[in-house]
Formats: sequence, C-alpha cells, structure tokens
Amino acid sequence: MLRYIVPLAIFVVIGVSLFFGLGRNPNNVPSPLVGKPVPDFSLPDLEDPAATVSSTDLAGRVALVNVWGTWCVECRHEHAFLLELARAGVPILGLNVKDERVAANRWLAQLGNPYVSSGFDPEGKAAIDWGVTGAPETFLIGREGTILHKHISPLTPFVWQRDFIPLLREQCASADCPFLTAVGGR
Amino acid sequence: MIRLAALCFFCLWCNAGFAQESFDDPALDERYRSLIHEIRCPKCLNESIAESKAPVAADLRREVRRLIGEGASDDEIKTFLSSRYGDFVLYRPRLTPATWVLWGGPFIFLAIGGLVFWRILKKRGDQPMDEDLPA
Repeated sequence: MLRYIVPLAIFVVIGVSLFFGLGRNPNNVPSPLVGKPVPDFSLPDLEDPAATVSSTDLAGRVALVNVWGTWCVECRHEHAFLLELARAGVPILGLNVKDERVAANRWLAQLGNPYVSSGFDPEGKAAIDWGVTGAPETFLIGREGTILHKHISPLTPFVWQRDFIPLLREQCASADCPFLTAVGGR
Repeated sequence: MIRLAALCFFCLWCNAGFAQESFDDPALDERYRSLIHEIRCPKCLNESIAESKAPVAADLRREVRRLIGEGASDDEIKTFLSSRYGDFVLYRPRLTPATWVLWGGPFIFLAIGGLVFWRILKKRGDQPMDEDLPA
C-alpha cells in the first residue's frame, strides 16, 4: 500500500507547488515597503522648478503615488485611466523618473495632467528609496502615511476594482471618500 | 564567422562601458565588483546588477558606488538595498524566519534521503544473501 501512497504524495506535492509557482508573475516581486511609512523624499516640482514635492504632501490623506516617465510606453497605456481617477477626485502624486523636464511637461500638456503635482527625479534617486524597479508602478498611501499596496504594471479598472477598492473601503468612511463609488466601486 | 567576430567585439565594447564605473583604489574596486555580483537585479530575473543592462541596475550600481565611497560596510549596503527591494535582491538571503525553509530545506531533504537509505540497507541486511544460503 505504502509503495503507491508515497509516489502519489510526492507527485501531489510537486504538482501543487508547480501549479502555483509557475502561475505567478516573476516580475511581481513583493515590496518590503508595504505596511511601512512612506519614504522621505523632497523633489523639485516638474512643472514649477522652484516649488518642491515632498512626503509631507501625502500627510493625512488617502492618495496614490504613480511612477511614470515619457520613455515608458505602458505609462501612456495607463494614462487615460489615471485621468479618469483624477476626475473622480483621487489625489495622485506623480513621481517622474529618469526623464527630461521639457518632454515630461509636453506629455502632460498633450495627454492631460492627472497629477496633483509630480516630483521630478531625473536620476531616479527618490525612486530607489521607493523600491521602484521600473514604470509604471502605483502605490496606495493610507491616511496615516503608510504604504498599503504596490502595483507593478499599468493600472486598469480591473486591477483597481480587485486590489485597490477593498483597501480603500477599509481606509475611509464613505462620506470622505467620494472616489470610492465614482470609478466602478459599486 | 563575421557574426561571431562582431559579437565578440560587441561584448568587449559592453565591458568597456562597465569598466568606467570603477574606483581608483584597487581594494575598493575589488569590493565593489564582488558586491555587485552578489546583488540581484530586481527587474531582470536572475541577472546580477553587474550583468544587467536594465536602467534600475545601473541606478543600483551607482548607489553601491556612492555608499562605498561614503565608507559604508558591505552589510550596511546590503541592508540599504534589501530594505527597499526585499531579500529578493540578495543572492545569499539572510537567515530570517521567512528564509528558514530555504536554508534548512536541503538538510531536511538530506535527512529524509538518509532515512530512506538506512531503511533500505536494513531491509537488505535482514535478507540472507546468496552465499549465506545453506548449501
């Protein structure tokens, strides 16, 4: 009897681990920053070099931090949805990485600007503190200034619904989160 | 043949690009080189940041150079990187509760293998071999 059970057990263990292991996206490296406070940063504003964009801009409110650059094709893909979120009242702080100021401002002028403001980080220094591996990446920041979630790859209505809405629901009473219901958050 | 030559030339050319990212002090340079081979690029799956051409790898190399220049120890540099990118970036992950299975797993499998081996030997030992059979 044992001679049948043991190989079967080994097969099941290997089968189950491969089934779950191979189905995972190897680019989705979990971030150690989730659950931690927002990393300190202070960057010149993309549109107004004299102004600064910093971690204090995130204090006390639920917001998104979106990593983008004009070199990033997927960011263009994601842009329309970001505009939709912004229209619904979601505050989005941009982190413009490894880009040129002129090109980035032209992008915002042409495609529309979904960002409250964008930090300009041409060398990707702040991006390293955020554990950014590329663009687009989107962080959900909670009211207490902690990172609640990190999404790698373009933000889509599907991802928003699946990953962000449940966390947002926990974060805020419906009264002060108008955007909860505005974008597909039935 | 021409293709091979072109490839060789290209490789040399790439290495020349990397060689510029170095220290004048040979000891620091040695440390830098061994460190960047121990750090895994978070974007490009199983390439070290020394080998990878992803932008983030170049940024991380720059950060490692900066930290070495500021006199940080290897351990401090690894902590700096893993606190941002996770244990994923260390080719030799530290021993933490999350990595116990990773480090201990091989020994557990060795023990299981040993146990199976011992049982088989014992079973065989119990059976008389041909020579032992009474004639």
